[in-house]
Amino acid sequence: MGGYILKRLISAVPVLLGITVIVFAIMALIPGDPATAILGSYATPENVARLNRELGLDRPLVSQYFIWLGNLVQGDFGRSFALNRPVLDEVLERFSATLVLAGAAFVLCALLGIAAGVVSAARQYGAADKAITVAVILGISVPSFFLGMMMILVFAVRLRWLPVSGMYEIYGGGDLRDLLRHLAMPALALSVVATGVIARLTRAAMLEVLRQDFIRTARAKGVGEGRVIWGHALRAAMVSVIPVLGIQAGFVLSGAVYIEIVFQWPGIGRMLVDAILKRDILLVQGGVVFVAACYVFFNILVDVAQSVLDPRIRT
Amino acid sequence: MRLFLKLLARNRLAVFGAAVLGVIVIVVLLVPLLPLADPDVTSTGDRFQRPFSAGHPLGTDHLGRDLLSRLLWGTRLSLAVGFAAAVIAGTIGAGIGVIAGYFGGRVDNVIMRGVDMLMAFPYILLALAIVAALGPGLMNALIAVAAVNVPFFARNIRGITVGIAHREFVDAARLSGMGHGRILLSEIVPNVLPVVVIAMSTTIGWMILETAGLSFLGLGSQPPHTSVVPGVMILLIVMSINLLGDGVRDALDPRLRSGALSRPMAATLVDRDTVPDAQGPGLLAIDGLRTEFRVGPRLYKAVGGVSLSLAPGECVGLIGESGSGKSVTALSVMGLVASPPGVITGGAVRLEGEDLIGAPYARLRSLRGDRVAYIFQDPLATLHPLYRVGDQLAEAIRVHHAVSREAAAARAVKLLADVRIPNPEARARAFPHELSGGMRQRVGIAMALANEPEIIIADEPTTALDVTVQAQILSLLDDLRRERGLAILFITHDFGVVGQLCDRVAVMYAGRIVEEGRTEEVLASPAHPYTKRLIACVPELGGGRRWLEAIPGLPPAVDSLPEGCAFAPRCAKADDACRTGEIALAGDGRKVRCLKPEVVA
Repeated sequence: MGGYILKRLISAVPVLLGITVIVFAIMALIPGDPATAILGSYATPENVARLNRELGLDRPLVSQYFIWLGNLVQGDFGRSFALNRPVLDEVLERFSATLVLAGAAFVLCALLGIAAGVVSAARQYGAADKAITVAVILGISVPSFFLGMMMILVFAVRLRWLPVSGMYEIYGGGDLRDLLRHLAMPALALSVVATGVIARLTRAAMLEVLRQDFIRTARAKGVGEGRVIWGHALRAAMVSVIPVLGIQAGFVLSGAVYIEIVFQWPGIGRMLVDAILKRDILLVQGGVVFVAACYVFFNILVDVAQSVLDPRIRT
Repeated sequence: MRLFLKLLARNRLAVFGAAVLGVIVIVVLLVPLLPLADPDVTSTGDRFQRPFSAGHPLGTDHLGRDLLSRLLWGTRLSLAVGFAAAVIAGTIGAGIGVIAGYFGGRVDNVIMRGVDMLMAFPYILLALAIVAALGPGLMNALIAVAAVNVPFFARNIRGITVGIAHREFVDAARLSGMGHGRILLSEIVPNVLPVVVIAMSTTIGWMILETAGLSFLGLGSQPPHTSVVPGVMILLIVMSINLLGDGVRDALDPRLRSGALSRPMAATLVDRDTVPDAQGPGLLAIDGLRTEFRVGPRLYKAVGGVSLSLAPGECVGLIGESGSGKSVTALSVMGLVASPPGVITGGAVRLEGEDLIGAPYARLRSLRGDRVAYIFQDPLATLHPLYRVGDQLAEAIRVHHAVSREAAAARAVKLLADVRIPNPEARARAFPHELSGGMRQRVGIAMALANEPEIIIADEPTTALDVTVQAQILSLLDDLRRERGLAILFITHDFGVVGQLCDRVAVMYAGRIVEEGRTEEVLASPAHPYTKRLIACVPELGGGRRWLEAIPGLPPAVDSLPEGCAFAPRCAKADDACRTGEIALAGDGRKVRCLKPEVVA
């Protein structure tokens, strides 16, 4: 087991390096130089040239890349010029807000999606199955930002049940109840598409498993139908559901961008969009690399979970 | 193709999707011809008109522009962008995939490494980064969306190309001296194209969603997505594309065609009009059992009126070729025939007088594994692959008896020892895949014994095992039966096995019993021509050189049984009388369903 995890971690190194190359290459394509962006369009050419030299931007791209990479490895992500603070501080702060949002959405979509898929398969062609199928189709077809705005209109503006946006009340609040009230709508809006996808795949996996011989064995033993479905069948179906959960976790994480904008959530997605619009290159690079690295480690986690769940692939 | 369209037309959701999409596409194509206001003309006097106002069916926006016109032009643009992005991503991705799959080796390795790396990226981040590099704008959003989807196509198409690249016709083309370029264009691409087109069409909806998302972030075009109508329009388009795409995929999936993907229910469906009178002694009495499979318009009468009884401590063999209905008979007893498509349409199965057919599920469940237990054929498939065997045994006990976890676990170890598994404590912690075939079947037997049932139904328990293991398992079953006074219904296709174990034997053919009697009598002097041929099929050890006679012909399909004796078409003695009317299972004790039995019973 330990060897397996180590092997996966080592195999992640080239992927992470590749990611830094891609991010750096894309950012190098950006027209215009950061010095002008920092100093504004009225800066004198001498000042621009001096700043470029100070920032190391006059060196060849390859050496710029290695300097940047060397700093990254030491945990130095550079400094955001627009925010005038270390990139890593900003990224960590924003990423933790995103994690709260994406984590809640992920828990929602995993629970709802699996439950809906199991019910749908157990009642195949019944009323519940049909209702879930229609809901799933709607769920995977709706743009999440549009859904979010409609939720704000109904639940925040019309009914006034929940706050419109943000993570905490500005005055008072700050406790868990306040967070949950602010979290409810964005987490739900973010989870809808993934819920649909997970429900679909769970249904298909369950139908596949329910036809297997070992399900008949369980029934022949006298195991009750509830335990057959939610125990024996779901346990076996999870083997094919877990990788989908992993993929969907990635989608939820990146789909959080839209929701963070709609609900003014102070997460990393919103930070990146702002940084792109402001040409804050180091912040964009740092943010993207950080999120991509988390994504890679998350995938490893999924594989490890998979091997724990299915003893057959461990050997 | 016609079958495909027919299947697609039967899927109501897909037809609905196609209709909605069709209407939208037609309207969008006609937009330039419609009498609409210019979508970009602003008019300060007409700002924020309500819907249904004069000249503006949907009202106007904050600059006084006509919303209906903006919606339709916007939809046109969205569809065009989604279509273009799908075509671009599909073409480039398929190109990369075909090259990687066709050349293989190092080319494949390098390309797929790159693809995997791109797929390790959260896709929106990649799109954002690309838009950041290119600058905001609809064209750039389109490029970004297409770019992030290239790896997806590349990976799919590569997989398919690898499958094609090693087929005979490609080898033939290579041997005939065609260059790589020509082989790719004339042999590979035409075969990959349908898959590419289907993948493209199913991703258009996704592309539209992604471009709309980028536009929403202020990085694509700038339509006002904050209002209800455009959002609903996107929802409608994407939904209809998804519905149609699902319909296409389902219609192309051969497993769905046969309806094989339906899930068996907890107990077999029962649909019978009359219940036979209670009769007969014996622990278990099967009386006139009929089980059918209803697959679409076809009706397979797998079991056509089988009667059989089992006394306490008795072992009865039920023998026949595959497809004779012997396993279905065995599974019908406890309602374990997969349903749909299986339905029990007649007869009764009585356990000490209590009819099990049509018994409530809760009652059936409480008897399953407790008084009547099963042993199945292939223990690798019939044991749960992810549970430890000890836990599976303990569960069998705990569903019927309120015992503690520890007591059940201890009893599980005891059961493993009972079926002569060495080192049972360690084996209890093993997963099924860690055991040998014979060990697994011993676990299967231990599981059947868990609650000390009166009856064990063994459905070809030795068929999947090799001969030495088979002999061990048979002698184990025989010992257990004598020790515990078990009644066994033993399903097999092997007369050799019947001879070792069974007191009585019933021979099944085409869903009916054709002969029944004491094992040694039937073996010594088979009365039915079919039984005789079946016994002649068994090779005899030390029996010298003789011809093993295969039975000519095949058993009849049970959806079109001939009139009269079902064996008549394969029988050397058959005449016209055999092909008309019902032939009864005649005799008492020794029974045979034949007009010209080999011996007079």
